[in-house]
Amino acid sequence: VTGKDPKLLVQPSPALKQRMSTDQTMRDVLYALLPATLAGIWYFGLGALLVILASIAGALLTEWVFAPPQTRGARLRDNSGLLTGLLLGLSLPPALPLWMAFVGGVAAIGLGKVIWGGLGYNLFNPTLVGRAFLGATFPIAMTTWSAQTGPLEFLHVPASNLALPFMQADYDAVSAATPLGLMKFEYQSTPLWELAIGKTSGCIGETSGLLLILGGVFLILRRGLDWRMPAGILASVFLLTAVLYLFGPDRYPAPLFSVFSGGLLLGAIYMATDPVTSPLTPRGTWVFGVGVALLVVLIRVYGGFPEGVMYAILLMNAATPLIDRYTQNRVFGKGLKSK
Amino acid sequence: VKSVAALFRRGFAHGIHPEELKDRTRALPTQRMPFVERYTLPLHQHLGVPAKPVAEVGQRIQRGQLIAEAGAFVSSALHSPVTGWIRAIGPRRYPGGRYEQAIEVEADRYATQRLSVAPPPNWRTLSLEDFGALLQRSGIVGLGGASLPVHVKYSLREGVKIKTFIANGAECEPYLTNDHRVMVERPDILLQGIEILHALLGAEQSIIGVEQNKPDAIARLRERIRPDQPIRVVPLRVKYPQGDSKMMIKSILGIEVPAGLHAADLGIIMNNVSTIAAIADYVASGMPYIDRMVTVSGPGIAYPANLIVPLGTPVREVLRFCGGLREDTREVLMGGPMMGTPVASLDVPIIKSSSGLLAFTAAQTARPREYSCIRCGRCVEACPYFLNPARLAKLAKARMYEEMKALQVMECVECGSCTYSCPSGIPIVQMIRTAKNALWAKKGR
Repeated sequence: VTGKDPKLLVQPSPALKQRMSTDQTMRDVLYALLPATLAGIWYFGLGALLVILASIAGALLTEWVFAPPQTRGARLRDNSGLLTGLLLGLSLPPALPLWMAFVGGVAAIGLGKVIWGGLGYNLFNPTLVGRAFLGATFPIAMTTWSAQTGPLEFLHVPASNLALPFMQADYDAVSAATPLGLMKFEYQSTPLWELAIGKTSGCIGETSGLLLILGGVFLILRRGLDWRMPAGILASVFLLTAVLYLFGPDRYPAPLFSVFSGGLLLGAIYMATDPVTSPLTPRGTWVFGVGVALLVVLIRVYGGFPEGVMYAILLMNAATPLIDRYTQNRVFGKGLKSK
Repeated sequence: VKSVAALFRRGFAHGIHPEELKDRTRALPTQRMPFVERYTLPLHQHLGVPAKPVAEVGQRIQRGQLIAEAGAFVSSALHSPVTGWIRAIGPRRYPGGRYEQAIEVEADRYATQRLSVAPPPNWRTLSLEDFGALLQRSGIVGLGGASLPVHVKYSLREGVKIKTFIANGAECEPYLTNDHRVMVERPDILLQGIEILHALLGAEQSIIGVEQNKPDAIARLRERIRPDQPIRVVPLRVKYPQGDSKMMIKSILGIEVPAGLHAADLGIIMNNVSTIAAIADYVASGMPYIDRMVTVSGPGIAYPANLIVPLGTPVREVLRFCGGLREDTREVLMGGPMMGTPVASLDVPIIKSSSGLLAFTAAQTARPREYSCIRCGRCVEACPYFLNPARLAKLAKARMYEEMKALQVMECVECGSCTYSCPSGIPIVQMIRTAKNALWAKKGR
């Protein structure tokens, strides 16, 4: 300590920090989704990639427009807008007109996040807000499913993708019912193996169950994900449908079919686990998970739609503050029985 | 079998696993810091009321001589760490940054600095009460962090029967290794201290709790415990804050101390191992608390060390003894990295609670970008007291202190696990501290 003293900082302890930051947590989820994303693009062709990009573009542009200029860079760097755009893209039909995907991205960030006060303040999952908006606005386009294309047609972009805004879209690709649609309207099951690897029609990112699970395992290992949420949802769906299945194997879906079909894996692993819109405490997470599962099974089996993951999660999002209030941890040393 | 059982021991829930960072000093034998010219001794070095000066400016004093007596029950005596003269009594910079009344002592550089104190009366002839009064005059305070004058723990409420005495050797703060060195280098004096306190309290068992990252300390203590001593060593999981008294009691005995009660109410007394060694030293020779063990470490330090430093030594001198600060040092912290205090100036003195002196460079002092809370719940899973730090931080921002009180914010021990684990870089524990201070101030008024 000779010469001049260094200029000392005085900042509150602790001086140590774990290294994971919020933008890295979000980036991990992006990595985790990569295999399922690539599989979706492979199965549905270049059009699927364009849908995803349009959705991301809508999300990021909205984020950029509404961020205060001085924090614009930080807003975009936290990766949450990118993640919302990607998740929305993955939950859209592959033949959706690109401009609709773009509008969906705008709605997801604008109505799902910005309007609430930005990251951390929204009550509902932004991705699902965007998807619900699209579902209500373009009900036909959002339920028109195209069959998977072969590798030879990879570069062929369906005409419907390129429809001009507010113009009638031409669906040229072969349309195909989703496994859940087949189940609901024709009581026809799909082989489990096809569900697991994704050889079915459906949303871009929901088809390959195994790759979605792979990403989930990666996230759990990286501690970027609360394992209780997917565990709670998937186990509850399995048990609930198992009970129904025992009563009527011909009318009700098999339990494993229920777990692997539709958007359940995508929703349970990547959407219900959105920390902002799910409960804080472990107990709350279980309650939330069981609630989602109950609603999913109710909607799928008794509702008018073949799929119910989106509404199930949105409804439970609304219940999150209430769940948080009633599932607080018992503070150490409090509420002990006195001797 | 015992160690296998220890592995399965239930321990406390939640908590965090920061890097230990003890490698640079854990094997370094304790050194003595040489005497320097000037010593600054703040009168308020512990919880409670400041000490009252009993010496005058200009007076000649001996090393170990009383210079300030306890100002109240929760207060402790203060002794001169050197032979020399009292040069001033007035406000001096305190480690935390504010000014406090302090006694400044100039060392006589030609004095031998030999300690000339008389041993206290034989402890076997004393009641617990008299022994407590003696401890207050020894100037010893709790060295684990809170700095409660040590005699306060030994003034038991009527009807309280102590069953278990615990020596806290967890040293769960990263970097710090001075408790570790006491256990390795002075096991006998530590065991002797435990024996004395055990006997005075009439305890049934004594336990030394040591984190498993100090196998040499565990082995050394086990080797030195005599068969007739009712003392055993319990290895504990390496986890922060294992050294928090209520967490440690949970880990060792499986008992959850109810909020608002003290361990003593359940028949448990706990002291830090360094505190116990200081008590044993005092009983043996009458040496009051004038030297403290300091771990000097961190990336900004050229030569890390475990040092015995006379109280009142300026931080600057200690750092100089350790080869000085690296040029890119940005922060000097007194205490551990989780709960320590940053010093604003190198002229502040080592005080009774200065367990460490850590120098950090830009790599450690850079704080992550602050994002808004994304409710990830990592703080909730880190808080050893099962509070909801995320919610508390949100309420603190809105200054809703009464609502925080309803969520038991006063149970927070400010261990910093929440801030450590927050990926959004929110200074949660600092917001909670601010709220607690506001609540205390309101109560005071």
